[in-house]
Amino acid sequence: MQRVIGKVAGEVGFYAGVAFFVILSTFPFYWMVITSFKTNSDLYNVTNIPFWFNDPPTLEHFRYLFHETLFTTWLLNSLIIGVCVVAITLVTALPAAYSLARMTGRNGETLGIGIFLTYLVPPTLLFLPLARVVANLGLQNSMWSLVLVYPTFTIPFCTWLLMGFFKALPPEIEEAAIVDGCSLFGAFIKMALPLSLPGILTVVIFTFTLTLQEFVYALTFISSSAEKPITLGVATDLIRGDIFYWGEIMAGALIASIPVAIAYNFFLDRFIAGITGGAVK
Amino acid sequence: MASIAEPIAKPVSRFRFILDRRDVLGAVFVAPAILYVLLLVGLPLLLSVYYSVSAYTIYDPSWRFVGLANFAQILENPDFLRTLGNTFIFTFGSQFLGLVLGKFGALLLLRPFPGRKIVRALIILPWAVPIALATVAWQWMFDSLYSVINWTMIALGIITRSEAPNWLGNPHLAMLCVIVVNAWRFFPFAIVIFLAGITAVPQDVIDAATVDGAGFWRRNYQIIVPMILPIVTIGLIFGIVFTFTDLSIVFLMTMGGPVGATSVLGFDGFQVGIVSGDVSHGAAISLFMLPVLFVVVIFMLRFIKRREI
Repeated sequence: MQRVIGKVAGEVGFYAGVAFFVILSTFPFYWMVITSFKTNSDLYNVTNIPFWFNDPPTLEHFRYLFHETLFTTWLLNSLIIGVCVVAITLVTALPAAYSLARMTGRNGETLGIGIFLTYLVPPTLLFLPLARVVANLGLQNSMWSLVLVYPTFTIPFCTWLLMGFFKALPPEIEEAAIVDGCSLFGAFIKMALPLSLPGILTVVIFTFTLTLQEFVYALTFISSSAEKPITLGVATDLIRGDIFYWGEIMAGALIASIPVAIAYNFFLDRFIAGITGGAVK
Repeated sequence: MASIAEPIAKPVSRFRFILDRRDVLGAVFVAPAILYVLLLVGLPLLLSVYYSVSAYTIYDPSWRFVGLANFAQILENPDFLRTLGNTFIFTFGSQFLGLVLGKFGALLLLRPFPGRKIVRALIILPWAVPIALATVAWQWMFDSLYSVINWTMIALGIITRSEAPNWLGNPHLAMLCVIVVNAWRFFPFAIVIFLAGITAVPQDVIDAATVDGAGFWRRNYQIIVPMILPIVTIGLIFGIVFTFTDLSIVFLMTMGGPVGATSVLGFDGFQVGIVSGDVSHGAAISLFMLPVLFVVVIFMLRFIKRREI
């Protein structure tokens, strides 16, 4: 009997623990949802129970966000920045990773670690000199400055990630292609690239989410509202003087969060494998 | 025809011949990435070091060399020393809290139970979602008037409305808030890192220890923890680097306030170097991150070396 009680208590404790973690992680997002659908009179009445709707839910905040603010511009800016950065990253990181994994031998490993370490150089150390570089190129206050600067962290990260993918490919496949008359370059294009498609897809998704998550460079380089990416726009541009448009802010944050959250969950395992760099065999 | 075609064909074939050498194509392939990183990370880093020993501001763009005067001035400023202290409190407080939460979360998620996949997906959210957006949600939850946390505590009768805390307005509470938000952002990462490590420990090792009479705690701390230490170290390095140099949480939640109580290095560098335009002092402030980064990099390199042996 005592064993049964102990077991039940253990189960209850276990699920209570799980519930604690789920609530801890999701409550701020629940709060975004609730806030973005509430009417203002409901939102700013401290006697109402805040956890649920006291007035019927409303789409007013979303309507305001899309029609009266630059929200759609920010969405489009983020999309353009993301696509351009993905393109730059693929064009530079794919050959680099292939070269480091296959062609440069032991030096490749060292060089790869060197490139990866630059990922750890933080934006808060580089923003002052980069602000000058950006200004000299005439890109200040333009979202193209972000297209230029974001690859400084996506290239190191993706090169490292792709190195792992290329190393996992059996080199015999390319060797066979070369024996059959393919050039070294052709073997890379026709054999290695198609076979590492899952890796390339991972890199595309992660580069895109990294550009969405970035905040420091965007804050430093861009001040005019129409050039802001979505994260910066929602976090800094929906405030008039001292008044925070909480309904609109939460609605914008919600919309921007959803795609990133989904993408992360799909590619999490590959991401971890990349970050730990094969520390786990 | 042939005489025209020949001179063109020859360089092409030589070009191709060169590109078919492994070392040459390897160098050509890796060059763009290295150039990009050198030009936009390496060079700016050196520029940043030069800024810090010059008198450069946006109003006086001279490159006059002033030696270590900027550093001396900064170190005489008690506000800066406080910022430095805050940065360490912020970093280690949130990493510690994040690791504790991560370890317990990982222990829970290790056991299969119905809905584990969904639970994992939900727990990842704080780390996946752009931190600036999540921070704004927390700011709203810590609002001085409409804080849901205060509302709940009042409803539960823990406090009365008159003694409801002003989370971001009180120096100690504000520090606690930014630490909690940062720990909240990192604990899913810690969970994932712990899980990746623990699942990589071969089951037969654990079984052997169990047969030899090792209990739960002994298995945990004498077998599993040492075996997952490398991977946890990597995770911790990432956490420390990104927390120590963070700007967004403090910038959005407290603006370094109240009266500098939550000012951290990244924020201070931004305020001085970008907002006030005093580039040289801003660069000098940011450079105080370098020693920590060096230690971290050395750790990382040593770890990677050991792995290769």
